[in-house]
Amino acid sequence: MRNFNEYCKLKKGLAAYPIACAMAGLITMSQVFAGDFPTAAVNTTGLAVTDSTVKVGILHSATGTMAISETGSIQAEKLAIAQINELGGILGRKIEVIQEDGASDWPTFAEKSKKLLENDKVAAVFGCWTSASRKAALPVFEKDNGLLFYPTFYEGLEQSKNVFYTGQEATQQILAGLDWIAKEKKAKTYYLIGSDYIWPRTSMKIARKHIEQHLGGKVVGEEYIALGDTQFGSVINKIKLKKPDVIYAAVVGGSNVAWFKQLNAAGLNAKKQSMLTISVTEDEVLGIGGENLEGFYSAMKYFQSLKNANNDKFVADFKKAYGEASVIGDVTQAAYLGPWLWKAAVERAGSFDVDKAVVALPGYELMTAPEGYVKVDPNHHLLSKLRIGKWLKNGQAEVVYESGLIQPDPFPKGYQ
Amino acid sequence: MFGYTLEEVGNIVVMQGFSGLSLFSVLLLMALGLAIIFGQMGVINMAHGEFMTVGAYTTVFLSKLAVEYDFVKSYFVFAIIAAFIVAFILGYVIEYVMIRHLYKRPLDTLLATWGLSLVMQQIFRSTFGAKEVSAELPEWLLGSFQPTEGIDIPINGVFVMGLALVVTVSVYLFMFRSRGGLRVRATMQNRIMAGAVGINTKQVDRVTFALGCGIAGVAGAAFTTIASTGPTTGSLYIVDSFMVVVFGGAASLMGTIASAFGIAQAQSLLQFFMTSSMGKVATLMTIVIILMMRPEGLFAAKVRK
Repeated sequence: MRNFNEYCKLKKGLAAYPIACAMAGLITMSQVFAGDFPTAAVNTTGLAVTDSTVKVGILHSATGTMAISETGSIQAEKLAIAQINELGGILGRKIEVIQEDGASDWPTFAEKSKKLLENDKVAAVFGCWTSASRKAALPVFEKDNGLLFYPTFYEGLEQSKNVFYTGQEATQQILAGLDWIAKEKKAKTYYLIGSDYIWPRTSMKIARKHIEQHLGGKVVGEEYIALGDTQFGSVINKIKLKKPDVIYAAVVGGSNVAWFKQLNAAGLNAKKQSMLTISVTEDEVLGIGGENLEGFYSAMKYFQSLKNANNDKFVADFKKAYGEASVIGDVTQAAYLGPWLWKAAVERAGSFDVDKAVVALPGYELMTAPEGYVKVDPNHHLLSKLRIGKWLKNGQAEVVYESGLIQPDPFPKGYQ
Repeated sequence: MFGYTLEEVGNIVVMQGFSGLSLFSVLLLMALGLAIIFGQMGVINMAHGEFMTVGAYTTVFLSKLAVEYDFVKSYFVFAIIAAFIVAFILGYVIEYVMIRHLYKRPLDTLLATWGLSLVMQQIFRSTFGAKEVSAELPEWLLGSFQPTEGIDIPINGVFVMGLALVVTVSVYLFMFRSRGGLRVRATMQNRIMAGAVGINTKQVDRVTFALGCGIAGVAGAAFTTIASTGPTTGSLYIVDSFMVVVFGGAASLMGTIASAFGIAQAQSLLQFFMTSSMGKVATLMTIVIILMMRPEGLFAAKVRK
């Protein structure tokens, strides 16, 4: 740590040198720098750290059902790593990525985690997407004392020494959003609908408690759709009969597309019906089509249309790397934070050792996050804001509300 | 009645009736292609869903062209024809390359076509990207038709219904009122005799398989109006398709229609009165029980064993 700030200044100076010198300069420099942090000192647990490189793993589904969602995360993580390498890497070491494919199959996630941690000895892993994959990989990370950065907003009820959660846990995403819509639409009656698995069910449980106990509202229907079901005729008729002020939705995957298309075709568009969803990001809109979503609301911590300098740069870099047509959803941004947070952890610890990095990270404030600002809480989740986006026909959201920083609370009292 | 006015209940009954019919046409469209391939040829085509996806991507591709060259209003008709042709040709080629070597090993076709479905999914993913896409739909397919205040009939549902009717009638006319259909039925009933009277049975196999795939393509094109288009979209439909065909009695077109109707009405009603996932469970349970009592399905072909 001692020379770190001086090094940064030095590096900035060097970067102005002509290209011919720059290459040689960079090499000498990282050696000089790595010399400040001898490998034996920064790596006492036998991780894959050499004098000039450090290996990390990326573990997402590049194939199978979940590839739809996880591709954006892979892209964001690779982008962040490339940018960190351009800045000189971490403790003078370039990051080398070993990418493994979880193939949308949960046991495969456990197997590949084991491979990354035990054979490749990676210093950190950026990965997992669904809760099921995280739950499968978690015992491996705890046993081998690995370090996982997990990007997805999820149901909470978990906290591990070996995991940092860069997305929002359920209360961060749900409570402020419900407060907002209750006030904005003067909503009294709510219809809850979600896909039938752990995340929507836990989320709806929290939502119901909040609606009934804190907002004085009434839940007039609660419905779960089998994953992959694409027929919503009966459900939509039930909603028409109950006439809720607000539909609160957490439908995922192929069902999500069918849900919005059929809702619209049945005449329930934003002119007649308010809806707040916690499962639609810019990625989903590609499949659903902006015209089917126009006027509905999403509660997320990030929207591509956010206006701030960090995000302008992030969006430009992302489009430069992956094409002008690419879109960035909430989780993609959260995945982008992973490598930057890990960099901070290692630099604050002055070591790649997982035990030291894990202790060093809480309390860190990331000022360059595209979502604006995040702070790492001692419970390994991030303090972040909640935003409400109103969907436009072009597939982008207009941010209509922004909360203050919300403390993560993975084990919310009174909501379980 | 239960705190609702009579008019509200009436409206819901109408819309619920429509949603049952609409589910019926969706199931029928899904299953028709499979009824030909599985019912007539006995080939267990696990890649059936992927042929639907081919049709769906064809539609999305054409919709992009339509936006560019400004014929959004009319492209959907071309898209359905194109989806049929593309899926037909693909089916024809795949029959030639793969399926025809496996006619004597039905269980191997199951594995081979399942492998084919994985290969096709990955090809979609590499070609069109992992993310879901949506076809730009013409205005006339969006929104709902309101005969009275309080009743909304989804236009895309009406469209799918009409298409299901057209495809079913065409399949019926082809199978039972044309020489082509006669050759297909002859080949399936007695291959050796059919060959002996001069029917090119190999050619018949190829066309039959391709026809089933082509119809799957049409279904896929139609479903872009109500559901998603992504690399794994096909896997959403495959279970329902087999369910309809097996429940109806594999070799019978009438069986497929009756089965689609029964399943659709049961599911639609149960999902209204129970929760959505419980409704589905109850439907599946009923099917299992009926199949235990009638293993051949609803309409079993009467043959001497």
